[in-house]
Amino acid sequence: MKRALRTVVAAGTVAALVAGCSLSGNTGNDPQAPATVTLVTHDSWLAPQDVLDAFERQSGIKISVLKQGDAGALTNKLVLTKANPIGDVAYGIDSTFASRALTEGVFEQYTSPEADRGPQRYSVDPGHRLSAVDLGDVCVNIDTRYFVDKGIPEPKSFADLTDAKYKDLMVAESPATSSPGLAFLLGTIAQFGEQGWQGYWTQLKANGLKTVSGWEEAYSKEFSGSSGKGPRPIVVSYASSPAAEIGDDGKPRTKALLDTCYRQVEYTGVLAGGKQVEKARKVVDFLLSQQFQVTVASNMYVYPARQGVELPQGWAQAAPLPQQPKTLEPAKIQAGREQWIAQWRTLLEG
Amino acid sequence: MAHATRRLTSKPTFRGAGLAALAVLPLGFLVVFFAWPVAAIIGRGFGSGGVGTAIGNPLTWKLAGFTVASAGVSTIVAVLAGLPVAFLLARVRLPGVSLVRTLVLVPFVLPTVVVGLAFRALWPDGGLLPLVLANAFFNVAVVARTVSGLWSHLDPRTVDAARALGASPWRAFRSVTLPALAPAIASSAAVVFLFCATSFGVVLILGGAKYRTLETEIYLRTVQLLDLSGAAALSLVQFAAVVAALVVGALARRRRENAVRLRSRSETARRPRGGEWWAVTAGLAVIALLMTPIVALLIESVSTSDGWSLAGYEALAGQGSRNALQVSGWDAASMSLRTAFDATTLAMIVGVLASVVLVALRRTPGRLARGMGETMDAALMLPLGVSAVTVGFGYLVTLDALPGDLRTSPLLVPLAQALVIIPLIVRMVLPVLRSVDVRLRQAASTLGASPGRVWREIDLPLTARSLVAAAGFGYVVALGEFGATSFLARPDAPTLPVAVATLISRPGELNNQMAYAACALLMIVTVVAVVLIDRFGAVRGQNSVGEF
Repeated sequence: MKRALRTVVAAGTVAALVAGCSLSGNTGNDPQAPATVTLVTHDSWLAPQDVLDAFERQSGIKISVLKQGDAGALTNKLVLTKANPIGDVAYGIDSTFASRALTEGVFEQYTSPEADRGPQRYSVDPGHRLSAVDLGDVCVNIDTRYFVDKGIPEPKSFADLTDAKYKDLMVAESPATSSPGLAFLLGTIAQFGEQGWQGYWTQLKANGLKTVSGWEEAYSKEFSGSSGKGPRPIVVSYASSPAAEIGDDGKPRTKALLDTCYRQVEYTGVLAGGKQVEKARKVVDFLLSQQFQVTVASNMYVYPARQGVELPQGWAQAAPLPQQPKTLEPAKIQAGREQWIAQWRTLLEG
Repeated sequence: MAHATRRLTSKPTFRGAGLAALAVLPLGFLVVFFAWPVAAIIGRGFGSGGVGTAIGNPLTWKLAGFTVASAGVSTIVAVLAGLPVAFLLARVRLPGVSLVRTLVLVPFVLPTVVVGLAFRALWPDGGLLPLVLANAFFNVAVVARTVSGLWSHLDPRTVDAARALGASPWRAFRSVTLPALAPAIASSAAVVFLFCATSFGVVLILGGAKYRTLETEIYLRTVQLLDLSGAAALSLVQFAAVVAALVVGALARRRRENAVRLRSRSETARRPRGGEWWAVTAGLAVIALLMTPIVALLIESVSTSDGWSLAGYEALAGQGSRNALQVSGWDAASMSLRTAFDATTLAMIVGVLASVVLVALRRTPGRLARGMGETMDAALMLPLGVSAVTVGFGYLVTLDALPGDLRTSPLLVPLAQALVIIPLIVRMVLPVLRSVDVRLRQAASTLGASPGRVWREIDLPLTARSLVAAAGFGYVVALGEFGATSFLARPDAPTLPVAVATLISRPGELNNQMAYAACALLMIVTVVAVVLIDRFGAVRGQNSVGEF
């Protein structure tokens, strides 16, 4: 009896697994189905399904999303597959990698009618192959309570971070393995120049800077202002991060230092050699439209590139857009990136 | 013996053709989904020049040295920790042993980012020790399960005989049991070494900015810098190290491999006595250590800044704070189950066919057959030793040539997972298959059984349990697979480990808790899958071995 029961359970399990399997089962070729445009993007992509559905109803275009790693991996995969692209539109190539994509001819020329509503401010290419779609700033974040409790004034600038008052308090990501880490390095290069940045980092190191490989560890494990309650009250994160740390009292527990920000602009474009260029252009228009732009802040923690788009509640207080962020020319980044990372490694890891 | 050998090879052409037909599928799979993409991406590196310079760079050799040394130490730790657990699983009849069999697998499926963070909590500054221990932590199960698979089938009377002749228990273990187990130990050690030498997330998190391996450097050069020639050079060095490890493993197996009498576990397990209690204690201590980070994770999943809470678990029904996921936690769990099922089915077909071919080649006399067998054996292991980044980027530049442009197909995930678990399945099935006493098969042949009938009546019943165990192990590995999956999974169809990684990379306390709750869910799914599969294996095993 027991054995029979076991056999039934085992057979039932196998049957359930078999019934549940077969990933290839749902790829029907319905002639009524809308045209599918493949959007290649990075891992941080997130859009509300109802907004995508509304676009599908209105345009007859279904967007199929293909995530391809972080902005760097995304760019490099598009470069590798440029002869036979894996999609029709790309979203999320950032200003750090834009030069490489443009040099390699990954994108087609296309000027969206929506581009003059704000995105053009961030243009990197006179040929309009890339349209700015959102922007984010990487800034030093602090745990405000820590400084109140200890009675130490909050740091404000890059220079403050090397002050002995803030010894052993900061954690940053390695630019070799993390995109906010790279942005912060670029910010210090923009601030101190190609001659001066190494001296600044030497001081940071001497002041007890801790470096880790990724944002997750820095923010969730090391930083005292996040839910992980780590030991260090100063971290490299995003200008928008405090919006996620609003407590029950409605007040953010953390703050971004707006004088330490480096701006990353993300772009979208039509992939050259794609099979449905016309529809791909419609998708670019959609990504720049009011309808989509209003979703980016709450879903991806970035600011819309379009002007006049309302931000989620609390952002004005917790995550205002920095007015004077640092920037670097994409071409300059392209020329220097590899060498800077190598120098940084020698300096910090040596 | 000579007579029997002649009989077996009396139809060489038929046998050769049959073997070739069997070998087509596994080798074809390997060529299309592994060799071709890897060769293509490394070829691109060569195309852009500078590979020689990169190989000559002292940094390359420093990375190679550190990779081999740290993976070697992790392997030793995993083997030392795995053996007492294997003893517990194979030889001991005590309440709770089946729980141990299940628990030991849990570390294997945990996403590396989560384990990395858990170890980071214990060693806030990272460093070499947590790095080595974390790699070993993941792999104790490989040693314990592989070795116990063979151990439980060994005839205990040989040990009893040695003891009766006056050998101490330790001496009997060293001179009787250990040599018989050597093939399984060498096999598992080779697998563990390959896993450790190519481990990525652990090194990144615990090695921090300081310790770098070939794997992390290949990732950096490929993904961030698009320095394909540098990556190609490092891949070649990694490849050479892997082949060297495989050769050493193969030599170790060859020296000690004999047909041994296989018994069923129900006959061989018993209450431990005397000094065996030390081994039992050691095994239980290892399990306790393995459970420490797991308990820490469970605690983390229910603690918030305002005290205990089940909010993370409740959130599994949804998509996380601010829709961090595109599907719910439960959908991700269901996707994991289905993907792992497809991957396991595929890997079992390929892996068992390959093992059958390997055993047949080994039994075929002649240097050529032996050489072919060893080459194929090594080739089957290579996917464990090549960077997931290299394979993933290789897919991008090759698979569009296949019908249906597989580069963007959801089938790519089970295909890539199968690539990872095939070597494990071969390593688990092969030692048992090889240990089937050839005289039994010869007797059956002499009595007129066809090769297919011999396989059905002799090999299959004797190895059924190991086959089910291998499938179960493969399934669990596929459930937890992250490296290849994260490169290929689609956002509308994430597996649980991918969902965990997504959740943990977003700010907000709820997402953090949900990530840990999803980890707990992954553990529960694993435990349930293992229990069911082990039950199933036990039923089959009792029936079939009982007749023997």
